[in-house]
Amino acid sequence: MKNTSLPQLYEDMRRVRTFEERVGELFVRGQSAGSMLHLSIGEESAAVGVCAQMRDGDTFTTHHRGHGIFLARGADPNRMMAEIAGKDSGYCHGKGGSMHIADMGLGHLGANAIVGGGIPAVVGAGLSARHKKNGAVSIAFFGDGATGQGILYESMNMAALWRLPVVFVCINNQYGMGTRIDQATANPKLHERAAAFGLAARTVDGLDVEEVADAAAELIAGARSGKPAFLAVDCYRFFGHARKDKSPYRDAAEEEAGRKKDPVLQARGKLIASGLLSEADLDALDQKVAAEMDASIEFAVAGEEPQLKSMFRDVYAPSQPEPEPVRTRLDRILAQG
Amino acid sequence: MAVQETTYRDALRLALSEAMSADDSVIIMGEEVGRYGGAYGVTKDLIKDFGGDRVIDTPISEAAIVGAAVGAAMTGLRPVAELMYVDFIGMTMDQLANQAAKIRYMFGGQIGVPMVLRTQGGTGRSAGAQHSQSLEGYVMHTPGLRLAMPATVDDAYHLLRQSLQQPDPVVFIEHKGLYTIKGTLDPDDAPAEWGKAKLLREGDDLVVVTYSRQVHHALVAAETLASQGIEAAVVDLRTLNPLDFDTIGPLVERSGRAMVVSEGAMTCGVAAELSARITEECFDYLEDPVVRVAGEDIPISVSPLLEQNSVPTPKLIVETARKLFI
Repeated sequence: MKNTSLPQLYEDMRRVRTFEERVGELFVRGQSAGSMLHLSIGEESAAVGVCAQMRDGDTFTTHHRGHGIFLARGADPNRMMAEIAGKDSGYCHGKGGSMHIADMGLGHLGANAIVGGGIPAVVGAGLSARHKKNGAVSIAFFGDGATGQGILYESMNMAALWRLPVVFVCINNQYGMGTRIDQATANPKLHERAAAFGLAARTVDGLDVEEVADAAAELIAGARSGKPAFLAVDCYRFFGHARKDKSPYRDAAEEEAGRKKDPVLQARGKLIASGLLSEADLDALDQKVAAEMDASIEFAVAGEEPQLKSMFRDVYAPSQPEPEPVRTRLDRILAQG
Repeated sequence: MAVQETTYRDALRLALSEAMSADDSVIIMGEEVGRYGGAYGVTKDLIKDFGGDRVIDTPISEAAIVGAAVGAAMTGLRPVAELMYVDFIGMTMDQLANQAAKIRYMFGGQIGVPMVLRTQGGTGRSAGAQHSQSLEGYVMHTPGLRLAMPATVDDAYHLLRQSLQQPDPVVFIEHKGLYTIKGTLDPDDAPAEWGKAKLLREGDDLVVVTYSRQVHHALVAAETLASQGIEAAVVDLRTLNPLDFDTIGPLVERSGRAMVVSEGAMTCGVAAELSARITEECFDYLEDPVVRVAGEDIPISVSPLLEQNSVPTPKLIVETARKLFI
């Protein structure tokens, strides 16, 4: 069982926060592959609180804003950053990037750039777990934006109907790109929808990571025993939708208030107040994390580009012929004379 | 199992049943596949033999059916998802084209999605514009998806068994007009190789390249043409991905004439791709343009008269072939 003590939760959140800051830095340095980078700063408690309750053999899918979840589940920041930079040393050899990162070893069935696209896979993973009786749970992580997608409701209905070991985790950062949740739905109490399908459904305040972890523990345990669940974690997306978005659709006062809901600072304050860790202890910890994440940038920058010939690999299984490149085909046809 | 006289439908059912007996990880999921037995009866009684946990009746949620099959395939099952009509493929296209087809590639080869999506299409039952289409072009246009379209009883069985051995997602499109055709099946016979076309009729004057129900129309047309002195070879592609050009090319080079026959709408369809390939690869050997005898670029009507004339008929194949020799 993982260590779910507050010092550990704090460290895991700090690692997510710092990793995301370094992703931003990678972009500014012009060394990320593109600008489709969606940071989860402000949402750390959802990733860390839920992942703290997962076990080996469990599986999960994430969304376009999923770095923190994968890191909280145990990903190697070097291979993550390398993937975000489009390098061969990344988790997917530079073919997936930020929004299509995956790792079967950690049960990560994939991040997804289609809003809601990764949700139904957990229903299938739940069917597998039921078939194999292996006790695994499968968790779909997605944002509030995905609550506008029909596939979520199809999937929740199936999970409830078949009593699958599945949990739906909605990280409600209040925004689907530039549209605030109250501009996208008449009823922002998202858990009420899940309850209507027969799921165990709760909303928790993401300000407090322990509250998230406790709710996740209860709901995941229920899912393992055939009571699928939905957990909404309320938080605030500190920055724009993607790296180039300066959030012109919201005002400074709102952002200032939103950024006060900082789960990392909240946990830090609690640790100091309770005497568990001193400010000096926490500073030292933060510096250790900063060094680790600095190293991930160096690892990514130093990594090799994928080889051009890898372009035709993995469209199909290795046992299958690779697709014929257009250039090869043209040369062959035009050589006929 | 002995050689048997059976139908396309029962051959499919036998393939599913045997695959499920041989491999506990094979499951079926879809609308009406269990207690109802499948809209066209292909999965009849399988729920009695294998139970509701392996023959799973689903809500009417095509996108999640395919998406759940993706997740099941990634975690060790061999799902056969059923899409009742290929016309509903639009509901599933994200899960099929953005997820199933791309997962191996996006994730750098870490994992494949060994699932089969069984569905059926085509005209012949006055089912109207939303239940009669031939949408294989959508699938063939998506790298990462295999595509099998059996024309015969033998292939209904063997191609389905082979689809369930593939490491990558297979879309398996049956033809609603073929379920009751009869043929001989020897399940123990060595099947034709996956991905290879079959030359069903020899002929040195013209090569007709086709698949699914149009194979039967082409064979009927070829008999008529033979009586008029034109010998047409008929090639059944069997799978559109992989596409076996090695069988087609030499035949076209020998005869110098090629016709492609497909029920799908002509523009940007399977026939267009085949025609382009033949033209590129066999250009120096062609006596005439490669002709596409394809579905009209219109929706399918419910009127039997309009429906029948919306897709190639044996008569149209004969008339077109004769014009090549004027």
